Amino acid sequence: MAEMKVGEVIRQPLPQAVNGTKSTPKQEFWRKFKKQKMALAAGFFVVILFILGIIGPFIAPFGAAEFDYDHILEGPSAAHWAGTDAYGRDIFSRILIGTRLSLFVSLLSVFLGSVGGTILGLISGYYGKWIDNLIMRFCDILFAFPGILLAIGIIAILGPGLGNVVIAISIFSVPIFARIVRSSTLQVKATVYVEATRSIGAKPRRIIWKHIFPGTLSSIIVNFTMRLGTAILTAASLSFLGLGAQPPSPEWGAMLSGGRDYLNNAPHVTFFPGLAIFLTVLAFNLFGDGLRDALDPKIKD
Amino acid sequence: MLKYFLKRLIGIIPILFFVSIFIFLFVHMIPGDPARLVAGQDASLADVQAVQRELGLDKPLYTQYAEFVKNIVQGDFGLSLKTKRPVFDEIAARFMPTFWLTFWSMIWAVLFGLVVGVFSATKRNKWQDYLGMFGAVSGISLPSFWLGLMLIQLFAVNLGWLPTGGMDSWKSYILPSITLGAGVAAVIARFSRSSLMEVMKEDYIRTGRAKGLKENKVVWGHALKNSMIPVVTMAGLQFGFLLGGSIVIETVFSWPGLGRLLIDSVSFRDYPVIQAEMLLFALEFILINLFVDLLYGVLNPQIRYE
Repeated sequence: MAEMKVGEVIRQPLPQAVNGTKSTPKQEFWRKFKKQKMALAAGFFVVILFILGIIGPFIAPFGAAEFDYDHILEGPSAAHWAGTDAYGRDIFSRILIGTRLSLFVSLLSVFLGSVGGTILGLISGYYGKWIDNLIMRFCDILFAFPGILLAIGIIAILGPGLGNVVIAISIFSVPIFARIVRSSTLQVKATVYVEATRSIGAKPRRIIWKHIFPGTLSSIIVNFTMRLGTAILTAASLSFLGLGAQPPSPEWGAMLSGGRDYLNNAPHVTFFPGLAIFLTVLAFNLFGDGLRDALDPKIKD
Repeated sequence: MLKYFLKRLIGIIPILFFVSIFIFLFVHMIPGDPARLVAGQDASLADVQAVQRELGLDKPLYTQYAEFVKNIVQGDFGLSLKTKRPVFDEIAARFMPTFWLTFWSMIWAVLFGLVVGVFSATKRNKWQDYLGMFGAVSGISLPSFWLGLMLIQLFAVNLGWLPTGGMDSWKSYILPSITLGAGVAAVIARFSRSSLMEVMKEDYIRTGRAKGLKENKVVWGHALKNSMIPVVTMAGLQFGFLLGGSIVIETVFSWPGLGRLLIDSVSFRDYPVIQAEMLLFALEFILINLFVDLLYGVLNPQIRYE
């Protein structure tokens, strides 16, 4: 394995030099990423999830609130692939329709958290001094609470609901991104090309935005993907505890919570929504692992 | 060494200060009038004012904060709005169940995670490694409440071997601690694998092999000890994760601990209890992080002299 790697590295630059073309960072990334079959499969699954998130409600065989009291708590069958719940609603259809909710909540909350964290991290890392101290102490305070506890605290203030879950998750994602972006900012700031830009008199805002931010982007992307999985888990946990989405919403955590009373005679009511959460989070984590291995120059095999 | 300890100890003072402000302001961040919210929509003005006095909301902010800190230092967290008993008593009764739950989860998670991690590292890129690491990434991706419910379904409902919840005998600990520890075991497995692989590249490992040591001796005797430093840190940091996870797991298993109290308090808007719990959790987390830092200093002399 090690010999192959060395060979590759030596072989790589030659044909490029001959052709006069350079492999772009994108090609380089793709070359590394496609070697990881598991991450590739996970990425494919993520794409399907997003498509389902968009078209889910249109292809679901039943409606999310389609009651059928003649068929309550039935196990999986040809008509109801994942069985029915206590109101005779089709669980498979509800999971399909709920995909949109889980993806939307996690994307929005991690996006908001990453934007806030990235701005703080860039400022903290670039300017240093007291402002760095201030921002990092702020992060320390948020870090003093285990993630879900902070979310529960925020929901205790704002009240239950999926919208407040988004706010809670984005707030506790902020310090995570701030720290990561700060440390890559410090690295990029020390490079010669940033020094050169500063020497020709570029303004700080331009240096940060045009020269440092692109350098921190790969670590942001990797963590963004990883956090998506965590965000889905946290949102589902909060809904399960009754603090997030409320019934009859087809949110996966809320569906699972509703099935708890029927664990004795209808375990499928809890099993399938949980399976959906698990597979989705697993896909994001595997995809994130693959991205990290392909983007992080420090990791070699 | 002493200097390093002192520096770390002093370092947590400002954090404690800001955390206390944060928790103090907690009640003030509730939109609208918190007293009205607690008293209920149809409460009379007198009732609302009574709640206001009880929460101390009728005084200027800085006086309120000073009193808040003074009371906390004396162990007085006020009265629970729900039970009218001192918050301190409510929480004290719930502390040990949560402590023991997290403790046993940690023990098995570290042991199991370590074995899987070492095994994966020694069978690198073989099917055992892939299996171990796939298991680990699955462990991280499992919704803990779902795992808990499925374990209850299998071992308590179907097989009848273990209780479905509560805290009656040692048997009650098995399912909740497995559920709570699964994620941590997975993180430790991944971490100890990569740490051990890093150490296996060192020269002294090659020396050990060159002088004809058995591979088992090289791994367990020489490499493991040195690869454990980052793993210990990681395990310590995961304690915070366990504290957070216990909130969810205790609800699943009807565990009489702090986590369930917190969820009950949130649905009842029992703010004094919520405040005290947030403070306690944060304090525990900060102390554990401090302990991990100190332990790291003990294990790795390089850190102390930076």
